[in-house]
This record gives sequence, C-alpha cells and structure tokens, in this order.
Amino acid sequence: MLRLEGVSKTYRVGTFGGRELVAVKDVDLEIGPGEVISLIGESGSGKSTIGRMILRLTGVSGGRITFDGADVAGFKGGRLRAYYADVQGVFQDPFSSYNPIFKADRVLETLRATWFPRLGGQAWQDKVEASLAAVRLDPGQVLGKYPHQLSGGQLQRLLVARALLLDIRLLVADEIISMLDASTRIDVLNLLGDLKARGLGIVFITHDLSLGNYISDRAVILRRGEVVEEGPTERVFGQPRHPYTRALLASVPQLHHKWERTPSLVREPAGEGG
Amino acid sequence: MSLRVDNLKVWYRTLRGDVRALDGVSFGVADGELVGLAGESGCGKSTLGKSLTRLDGRMRHVGGTVELDGKELPIGDHAAMNRFRFKEVSIIPQYAMSAMNPTRRIGRLVAELLASRGVRLADVHQELVRRLELVGLAPEVLDRYPIELSGGMKQRMVMVLSTLLNPSLLIADEVTSALDVSTQKAVAETLVDFRDRHYVKSTVFITHDLSLAYQIADSIIVMYAGRLAERAPTDALAATPRHPYTRMLLSALPEVGVRYADRRLRGIPGSPPSLLDPPTGCRFRDRCPLAIAKCAEQPPFLEVAPEHFVACWKAS
Amino acid sequence: MTVSDREELAAATAATPAATAATPATVSVARGRREALYFARRNRKLLLGLTVVLAFLALAAVGPLLTDHGPNEYVGPPAQRPSSQWWFGTTMFGQDVFAQFAHGLRSTFLVGLLGGGLAAVIGMVIGFTAGYRGGVVDEVLNMVTNVVLVIPTLAVLLIIATYLRVRGVVPEAIFIGLFSWPWVARAIRAQTFSLRSRDFVDLARLSGAGGTRIVVREIAPNMSSYLFMTFILLFGGAVLTAAMLDFIGLGPTDGMSLGLMMNNAVLWSALPLGMWWWFVPPGLGITMIVGALYIMNVGLDEVFNPKLREL
Repeated sequence: MLRLEGVSKTYRVGTFGGRELVAVKDVDLEIGPGEVISLIGESGSGKSTIGRMILRLTGVSGGRITFDGADVAGFKGGRLRAYYADVQGVFQDPFSSYNPIFKADRVLETLRATWFPRLGGQAWQDKVEASLAAVRLDPGQVLGKYPHQLSGGQLQRLLVARALLLDIRLLVADEIISMLDASTRIDVLNLLGDLKARGLGIVFITHDLSLGNYISDRAVILRRGEVVEEGPTERVFGQPRHPYTRALLASVPQLHHKWERTPSLVREPAGEGG
Repeated sequence: MSLRVDNLKVWYRTLRGDVRALDGVSFGVADGELVGLAGESGCGKSTLGKSLTRLDGRMRHVGGTVELDGKELPIGDHAAMNRFRFKEVSIIPQYAMSAMNPTRRIGRLVAELLASRGVRLADVHQELVRRLELVGLAPEVLDRYPIELSGGMKQRMVMVLSTLLNPSLLIADEVTSALDVSTQKAVAETLVDFRDRHYVKSTVFITHDLSLAYQIADSIIVMYAGRLAERAPTDALAATPRHPYTRMLLSALPEVGVRYADRRLRGIPGSPPSLLDPPTGCRFRDRCPLAIAKCAEQPPFLEVAPEHFVACWKAS
Repeated sequence: MTVSDREELAAATAATPAATAATPATVSVARGRREALYFARRNRKLLLGLTVVLAFLALAAVGPLLTDHGPNEYVGPPAQRPSSQWWFGTTMFGQDVFAQFAHGLRSTFLVGLLGGGLAAVIGMVIGFTAGYRGGVVDEVLNMVTNVVLVIPTLAVLLIIATYLRVRGVVPEAIFIGLFSWPWVARAIRAQTFSLRSRDFVDLARLSGAGGTRIVVREIAPNMSSYLFMTFILLFGGAVLTAAMLDFIGLGPTDGMSLGLMMNNAVLWSALPLGMWWWFVPPGLGITMIVGALYIMNVGLDEVFNPKLREL
C-alpha cells in the first residue's frame, strides 16, 4: 500500500545554505493494508520527518514514496486531495492542533468544505455522529465546545474521528499520546488497536518503546535518520540484534525491573553526546 | 527528619476564585532519602516543588508549615527565603534550556550565581570541575554559551549548578520529561549519585512517570487533586498498592512485552475534579470503582503497613 | 511557570472539569471575546482615547456645517482675538480660524484613514506572504522592506513636489501609505512565522487548504487584535506625517489642513505677533488626536493581552 524506497531528507542550514543537515538517510519501508508499524527513535532520529514526508507536508530530497504504486511527490490539486482522503495525520500536541480561537468541531467542518460540499445537513450530522461513536466520544460532550474546554484525550480522539470521516486507509500518528496523562493514554492507544482490527493501517511514531510494543505488528528502530533494526515487533523487542536497540531497551524504565546501573564516571548516554 | 511538611496549603489566586492546588499536604523526607513524587497533571506536585523554593505569581501560602533540618522555612516571604535558596534548598527546573541566560557564557553565569550567595568562584572551582567531569562534561563547557550545548548537556549543567553548594534539600521538577530515554537514564542515575556522594542530603523527585520513579526512588508518594493518595517504600508500592487510584494507574502502564492482543490495559475513565471548587470528601470518589457512602468524608492519611500510608477508607 | 504548573493552573480553571494539558493562552484567547468586551468597557485609557478621537471626529463632521463660509474666505477683520462671533479668532487676512480648523480636521481624518489604510494593506500582504512562504520569497520581500525603510522620504517628496504643480489630499495620503508600512510587514511576518509552525496549520493543509486560505482563515484571525492595533497606530502615524508635510509646505495645494494652518501661521509671523489663536488650535488638535490614538493603543493592548491586566 505505502512504500518508501531509499527516502532521504536533507536540509540546508547556515548562511546562504552552506551546510547540509541530513535528517533522514536512505530509508526503506513498506506498509501493507491494515498493518501497524512503529517508528521508534529518539529525538533527531528522523521519525517525525518521515511522517511528514508521508503526509506531503515536507518534500522528499532523495528516493521516492509511493502509495498504491503512484509517486506521492507528483500529486497536485485534485489528486492530492484524493490522497488525503486515504492518508491522514494526527500530531503530538492536542492544543497546537486546534486553532484556539475557533470551536473544536471546526476541524470537522473544514473537511466538509473540501470533500463533502454537497452533503446535506442531516446526512452530515449522521456521518459525524458515526465517526464520534467509533472513537467513543459523546457528541453532546464535544460538539460546540472550544478546545480549552476539552481534555487532551478528547481532543486527540476528535482528531482521529476527523480522519475517520474520510474512510482513510492509513493514519500517521506522530507521538499522539505522549502529551496525555498515563490514565488517558491507554484509552487512545486501545482505540488505535480497535481501529487496526477494523482494517486501518497505522504508522505509529513514538520515542516510547513500551507504547511501540503495545499495538504494532512491525517495529522499525531509527537512529540519526537511518534504520538500525527492523522486523516483527516481538522479535525486535524480544531478541534485539543491534547494540543500539539493546541499549535503548535497557534504558526504558519499567515497573518491577530495575535498571542495571552504569557505574559513575561513565555517564555518556547511548544515543548522542549530550 | 530532614524535611517536614505539615498540612501545607498553597492556593492560586485567579479571577474566578482560588484554585486549591495544594490542599493540606503532610509528609516527611528523611536525611539521605530520595522520594519520588508522582502524579498526573493537575495533582499539585509541581506546586509542591515550587512552594518549597519559590512561590511565584499568583501562588499564596494559605496554611501549614515547612521545616527543614528543624528550622521553619518562610516560604510565604520571598525575600526571607533568599538566604535558603541554592544553599539549603535548591531546585532543578524542568526545562534546562530556558534556565540559563543565553547571552552569558556559562562560567560567568556560575560566577554571578555564586557571588549572589557570597561565594567566590575561585574557591569552589576545583569542586565544580570535579563534578562536571562526574556528569560527563568537559571543564571547557564553562567557556561556552548555553546554545552550544545539547539538551542533555544543558540539563546536566543545570544539575551541577543547582547542587554546587551542597543543599540539604534538592527538588528535581520533571527533570527528565524533555529528554530521550537514554539521557533520561543518565540524568536519573546522576541524581542518585549526587545523593550517594552526599552532594545533597534529601531529594524530592517530581515526575509523572511512575516507572521512572520506581527506578531510583527509595519511597514514592502518589498525589491526586492536591492531596496525597498513597506513600510507600518503592517496592511495596509496586507490589502491593493499596489506594484504588494507584492500582488503576499501575495497571494502565504499558510495558515492553505487553501486547494489545494479549492483555487489554485499561485507563481511568473521567478526569480529575476542578480545583476551583473541589468536592468534599475523597477527591477520587467520582472515578473510583470502590467508592462507598463514607467516601463523602475525607479519609485521613493513615499508616496501614510499616512506612506505608494510604488515604482511603477501603484500604485502611 | 513550568509546563506542569501551567497544566495545574489551567486544568483547575477550565470551565468544565477537564483539560489534561490546557494552557492559559488558550483559556484566555477563546473566552477572549466576552472577556475582551468586559475589560474594554472598564479600561480607562481606551475609553479616554476613544472619547477624544470621537469628539474630534464629531467636530470634523459637524463643524463645517456650523459655519456658512469656506475656510479661505475673507469674512472678518484681520487678527481678531477669539470672541463670541469668531470662536477661534481670525487670521492675518481675516479668515475664520474656526472654519479652517473644522475643515482641516476633515482632511486630517481623511489622510489618516486613506494613508493608514493603504499602509496597513501593503504591510499585511507583504508580512503574511513573507512569513508564510519563507525561503526565497521571504528574502526578496525582506529586501524590498529594507529598501523602502531606508529611502529618505523627505527627499523623494521634495522631488515629487517639484514636478507636481497641483497636489491633493488623496495623492498625499497615497504617498504616506506607500512609505509607512515596513514596520508593519516586519511585525506581521514575525508573528506569522511563529503561527505557521503550529500544528493547526499543518492540519489545514491536510484538509486541502491552500496557502491563501490558510493565511486568511487560520492565521490572520489569530492576530486580529494585533492587526486592529496596527491600524490604529498607522492612522495616528499618517496624521502626524501629513501634519509635518503640510507644515513644511509640501502638503496639498488646495483645501485646508491643520498642518497648513500652522504653516501659514508661522509664515505670517503669528508667533512674534502673539496671535496664539492661529497656531495653538491646530497644534493642540494634532497632538490630542495622535496622543489619544496612541493611548487607545496602549489600552487595547491591556484589553487583548491578559497578562497585562491587573487582577
């Protein structure tokens, strides 16, 4: 369904764009229908950049991304809109995702203007309520409210409902629960699991390994823009091969397992120099 | 007791009334103890951390006392607290990136900070360098500007800075939230190191991540809606949590190895009560599956097992 | 305040028990309309400024109707002090100072509106485009902004004045509008930059919205209070600039304006002759109008920015 072939992203930085910053280097990825894949990495690993490239929010510097065989870079106008009807995204900060001066359900209305301009009032209402039901939100509690009147969990779910209005095939979930409290996080995660059971493909971007493990079929470990390890989730987490993956797994704080303490004077963390 | 907090109440003054962020909190931290203060957003843990060092903006000290090493801390009096800050009570703030003035070289910043406490940089320079090396920073970092350092390096620099004068009490306010998991481990272990080397006497480690607190804390306090819910030695809390909130929270944590297909974790439905006009009695009442009629009365924070305190009628 | 503090504070002050991670910015902005009106009615600076400006506006509208002669007609004995017959006295040539003042006010407001409005439009278009597009477009627009900023307005005007025999109020307003927008463009560009990186802009793109639609419907409404204040400042600036230009004789060759009154007064030695009624009204008028506008601006800032309000 979605395929990344040798995808790279380079930024030009410095005065007059003299230096280059490689955010993503030669990444190959494939996502089949109804598959959940976790992109796991620390900051600077390029995982969010990959998500943005899939969503056409950033251009691809090298390689190509194809959806159903067609190169997404060439999509324009109507073709791009059709792509967005199949692929949508939800981002990390629920309060940044909503324009604070408008009501929260406006994000649903803007969709209507583009994809359902001729849909009648009642038909639209039914569609919205069906979507909200799929994410287990009570229409009475979330419609007509401003973003600050809703909780982070409700806002993120509303964004998923928005994506479901379009009957999408792939959802790019970029750290969507990292800003939520532990008690609500798991509800949104369970929701993603339910949607997966109904055939939705998900690119689940996260820095938190325990979250990546919960719902994904395959896991991809990224480091500094490159794929370091990849495979079925149970294998990657159960028998990690790459030393970076192992170091990462060893650093995750878990209940009932204490870390192995690194002796002091050897404090350089695994990922980077700082 | 190194730190003794007694019925502390700190409220925020707002247009719509008083937000009771901390509503009667009592606990103690022993000498050399590292206490994890855990809870979700809105529980009051950050307010507690700030109360012990610097009340700011609209915070008001409404009641209760704080005693450090037997002396009462005048937390309501900004000027009077000055002689305690940095020397006896110190805080490592959450975002180290903004804690350092970007227009100053770090060495100059350190010198100014020390001078404000009547200490000359030259006197402590050797110790400073030793501690920098301990956390993995080269002494040259003193000549750099903060912008030249990465996030983790800045965090470690701030940690060294905050503990330079060997405070009795160190508050670490969500110091690892903005860091990668490997840096997080390094920073958390450094906190333990500081305590082991007697750079600080007691530490309060504020975090929303219970599994992280589990790694380094001697005992853990769980807060909910401005009050203490439970307190126990770390292993006891993880093995036998008594408060319904703690139990539900622990069972909502995904672990490596737990899969959606195998075991469906459950969250806690609902959300914390508004602290503008909090309900009477136990504040977890509305979301608690074990709530009974008696919960309309605030349960006392009682010891149900050695060093294990719970505020719940059902647990005690 | 740390993020968790803001969370605690805002979580507790949310209208309904909710908001796991709300920020005070969203709390106040979204309730902004109602709150803004509440604070606007109580803000003394805003009310004072508004009253003064509206009073002068009324005078500009009604004043010329109260006199039955034009500003330049010779209607009375020259150099008369203010009296019940000639409220502001007469000029050296026997013209009614009050009539001149009232007509001058009209042209002042016209210049402010036209000049300020034009500058606002140019500044906004350039600012939004540069801020939203970034990259090369931004660099080019920045260069244009800097060039306009650096052009010596007076020198250009002198050259134009030499070539144009007859100058009107509208050309003057256009000229002012064409040169006073750079700071507006800069400020709007900066704010657009910061808003552009917010996720709701990305979400709008994922909803099929193009650049213009995003700027107009997502970004600009977020800055509406700032845009409003910008216009007020531009209005005041245009009035001041016009007065200055008129004073040194580069203003409209027909009609009357406050700056022109002052120019004439100085030209015909009103100061040494002690004819204070000729130059004090226009000078005071300009000062009060522009001053009132700036005070209104400060008041509006307090209304729109919750952090500046006193609790």
